[in-house]
Amino acid sequence: MTAVEVHTALANHPFLAGLPESDIAKLAELAFEVRFQPEQILFREGDPSSFFYLIVTGHIALELLAPGRVFRIETVGDGEDLGWSSLLESVNKQFQARCLAPTRALAFDGPRLIALWEGDAEFGFRLMRKVVGTVADRLRATRLQLLDVYDKRGGAGQ
Amino acid sequence: MTTVLEPPAVSPSRPLMEPRPARLVGIDKETNDTFTLTLEPPEGVDARFRPGQFSMLYDYGVGELPISISGDPERPEQLVYTIRSVGPVTTSIVTRHPGESLGVRGPFGTPWPMTAARGKSVLIVAGGIGLAPLRPAIYHILRHRGDYNRLMILYGARSPRDILYKKELAAWSLLPDTQSLVTVDYGGVSWRGHVGVVTTLFKSIRTQPTETIALLCGPEIMMRYASRELQSRGIPKQQIYLSMERNMKCAAGFCGHCQMGPFFVCKDGPVFSCAAIEPWMDLYEI
Repeated sequence: MTAVEVHTALANHPFLAGLPESDIAKLAELAFEVRFQPEQILFREGDPSSFFYLIVTGHIALELLAPGRVFRIETVGDGEDLGWSSLLESVNKQFQARCLAPTRALAFDGPRLIALWEGDAEFGFRLMRKVVGTVADRLRATRLQLLDVYDKRGGAGQ
Repeated sequence: MTTVLEPPAVSPSRPLMEPRPARLVGIDKETNDTFTLTLEPPEGVDARFRPGQFSMLYDYGVGELPISISGDPERPEQLVYTIRSVGPVTTSIVTRHPGESLGVRGPFGTPWPMTAARGKSVLIVAGGIGLAPLRPAIYHILRHRGDYNRLMILYGARSPRDILYKKELAAWSLLPDTQSLVTVDYGGVSWRGHVGVVTTLFKSIRTQPTETIALLCGPEIMMRYASRELQSRGIPKQQIYLSMERNMKCAAGFCGHCQMGPFFVCKDGPVFSCAAIEPWMDLYEI
């Protein structure tokens, strides 16, 4: 992916929708393309946080490992982001990420991104609002999952 | 307040309260606890129905329940019901054998707004067994494909083994101008599809919100969150329709068991526009 293609991919990415061109340009300087193949592990639970990804195309599963079992708790795909814990200092990876289908993404080194927005608080605020949106969406989805609405007590819906 | 969407074209052609015997001709296991029953309509009874309507199924000596019709509205020669075994009556019904009879009353209730949806894209959002009352609407759209724009089917189930109509969902996804996406709340490592609640699929749809009609059926909490999210994505609440479930007895608006605010779900529903029913959906007690 050329620098122009990276810039275009960022400008069209739903996660960054609404950000000014100047923000896209700053992000383009840090972003680089990565590709993952099915079954490839992007990171494991407990790994030091490193990269934040904007998925262009593909399918990634977030998994939690327990003795003898793997819980696949969420999948993310086209137009979504992955690895927000990389943008928090001193937080290790909370889950394991496994590639399910050929995936193309734009990656950012977490500490470099943090350094960038610490040097430009307005830019950092705008980006952090996007990250909070992701965290809020996932929290809401997790709460709904915990409600287990398809349980028989929730009504058959028939 | 106007709530009835499209009055049923077909009214029960016999006394409302009299179950008529219908012979069970087939029973298919869909999941661990869910079965699809096919019955021959009672002799001399007009069994035509509109998508979204329901029947009262009576297991003689056990009890009677409202069950949505899940078959093809243009094949009235068979009555099809998909039933999840959740209590004594449903458990008894799904353990019947071909050749035995069940009592049938109906069809009852308001249908999905298939006429109002003409010329628009249709977004189907189903959760769990809520796909069953929506399947006749999908059959109708597929039989009259030129009358509708895009068809988007988003289906959420508890786990991969709880997915209804697996083969049909896969077949629908291959049709032109049709999206059929499935997600599960809990997936194992062998599941290669989406994991997450059904609202997480909304970002995958491509549609013009003001030109879209959304049809929702599933657990009420799911419908509540789904309708809110669809509104935040620009679909007006007047274009969102939900199928409600309440404890019904008479199915004809006489007894009041299924009252929900000013409505009787059996005769004013089960299909309501979100604009009409929303104020009553998040009340602890009505």
